[in-house]
Amino acid sequence: MSTPAPPAHADPRLAPVLEAQPAGITDNSEGMAYLERLPRRLVTTYLPLLVILVVLLFPFYWMALTAIKPDEQLIDMERFNPFWVVDPTFKHIHKLLFETQYPRWLWNTMYVSVAATALSLFASVLAAYACVRVRYRGAGWVGAAIFLAYLVPPSILFIPLATIVQAYGLFDSPIALILAYPTILIPFSTWLLMGYFKTIPYELEECALMDGASRWQILTKIILPLAFPGLISAGIFSLTLCWNEFIYALTFLSSTQNKTVPIAVVSEFVDGDVYKWGSLMAGALLGSLPLVILYSFFVEYYVSALTGAVKE
Amino acid sequence: MAHTALTQPAPVAVPTRSAWARLRASRGWAGFWFMLPTALILGLFLAYPLLKGIWLSFTNARIGRDGVFIGLENYAWLWDDDVFWLSVFNTCLYTVVASVVKFAVGLYLALLLNKNMPFKAIVRSIVLIPFVVPTVLSAIAFWWIFDSQFSIISWSLRHLGVIDGNIDFLGEPAMARACVIFANIWRGVPFIAITLLAGLQTVSPSLYEAATLDGASNWQIFSRITLPLLTPIIAVVMTFSVLFTFTDFQLIWAMTRGGPVNATHLMATLSYQRGILSGTLGEGAAIATAMVPFLLAAIGISWFGLQRRAWQAGESDR
Repeated sequence: MSTPAPPAHADPRLAPVLEAQPAGITDNSEGMAYLERLPRRLVTTYLPLLVILVVLLFPFYWMALTAIKPDEQLIDMERFNPFWVVDPTFKHIHKLLFETQYPRWLWNTMYVSVAATALSLFASVLAAYACVRVRYRGAGWVGAAIFLAYLVPPSILFIPLATIVQAYGLFDSPIALILAYPTILIPFSTWLLMGYFKTIPYELEECALMDGASRWQILTKIILPLAFPGLISAGIFSLTLCWNEFIYALTFLSSTQNKTVPIAVVSEFVDGDVYKWGSLMAGALLGSLPLVILYSFFVEYYVSALTGAVKE
Repeated sequence: MAHTALTQPAPVAVPTRSAWARLRASRGWAGFWFMLPTALILGLFLAYPLLKGIWLSFTNARIGRDGVFIGLENYAWLWDDDVFWLSVFNTCLYTVVASVVKFAVGLYLALLLNKNMPFKAIVRSIVLIPFVVPTVLSAIAFWWIFDSQFSIISWSLRHLGVIDGNIDFLGEPAMARACVIFANIWRGVPFIAITLLAGLQTVSPSLYEAATLDGASNWQIFSRITLPLLTPIIAVVMTFSVLFTFTDFQLIWAMTRGGPVNATHLMATLSYQRGILSGTLGEGAAIATAMVPFLLAAIGISWFGLQRRAWQAGESDR
């Protein structure tokens, strides 16, 4: 930060003095929340926060409620309060798991996501290490080019990619997705890992070089263990992106049994004009759960990946 | 810089080694091997398709048939196509409205989350859930919330006595646009809020304390300290946000498929409909290629516009 920090007046003895001042003078900005009284905080902080949280979470509540609601309650909104459910049923979920190919779609999504993530982590670890530590001629340019690749959106590429996938005989095959997804994942992971690699002291590497270690040994024995949190961040974020991906899967896959969850849920639960809302919502819920569970375990890594990549 | 100079390779200094040994020690060669997987994947599945897309847009290729070069015919055709221009309008409207609201709500939410409160960590991780859940799956939830017959919003408003009949959320052009924009905002706010929150936490509290002692008002503190210090990160976040909003496909496809009567078609969805569903690859590629200049302009506005603000505010470090 170029702005010189003014002398701090964070003397705890001043707190009661400030608090004793009239409301017009005391301030309520961040870091000094203790100056604010509860009723005021209720209105300025907790109430708006509650409203935003309710709006953000309502679709999930609605999804979960619909997934366990019997059909007659879904269509009869006058006799039953739609915001609640009497006699919840697991019929929709049971039907989803045993009468559709949903387990297969879940498996496809997982398999494609894990494979694409592994492939892109492998490539990005090597690329990031080369850009940060090998520093071959033109490394700076390559770094910039990888970042530019992040700015090329899939919605511009899917038509030519579809023709290429067709030409390679990969149409309707998960391999097409496993090869195409890394174009979204590698730029992100490389930038994230470059940040992590830069924080590892160069001396460690020099010592290893003196002892005759090869580049590959340095990377696997020294750098990777130290950059493990970065690896997890990149992995979790890549998995989320893959699970979320839609346009490539929609374009490259055609047969029902090869579909991924997002594609299948959109296309397979509509019978003519009759929407099977219960199954649809159960499908959406079940497709979201693995990610939410994964996210809740690694929330710290996920957030650091998200913010780290942007600050980089 | 001195560090770089020290570690620069000097192959001429060791002329006695064999060509193989020199090659093995060369940084350029090591760099080549390390970059190979990335270069192959990005070259084959990103750079090559990008060029091929531009080439396709000058041909009359269809699915299952290689096209011949027809010059600017696809573009001339699009120029006279009202649906194309409608999609351009929709894309711009969608991007501008959604980005502005996302920024405003995201910044507000970040400021709220930055305050001291119980269960801070839990609240922050809950906020991000809409961003973690696959867009299509939440779009389907919105589809159901906005259903013409069974919408919970219509039901609530009816029972509150605000309206008489059901609102046809996704059936009327203006309403459908508002609904998809709302869903986009809903999904985008958590990302912006959490990232700006990370930025807010790097601002030293002593700045706020000093300003408070000098008698600055809330608004002065926000506009003179928080906003200038946050500008670099705002520029990055908004550039990404604009980029992803402009090229959005899945939310529209899951909720409206461009309907009613093309009212919510974005350039990306129109490109899919013409290129893949109708099979006219050339025309679809032309629509996708036509996104590039708009995209560059949108990125330019969000990036340089915000960066210029940073310079004006005297922020020089980046």
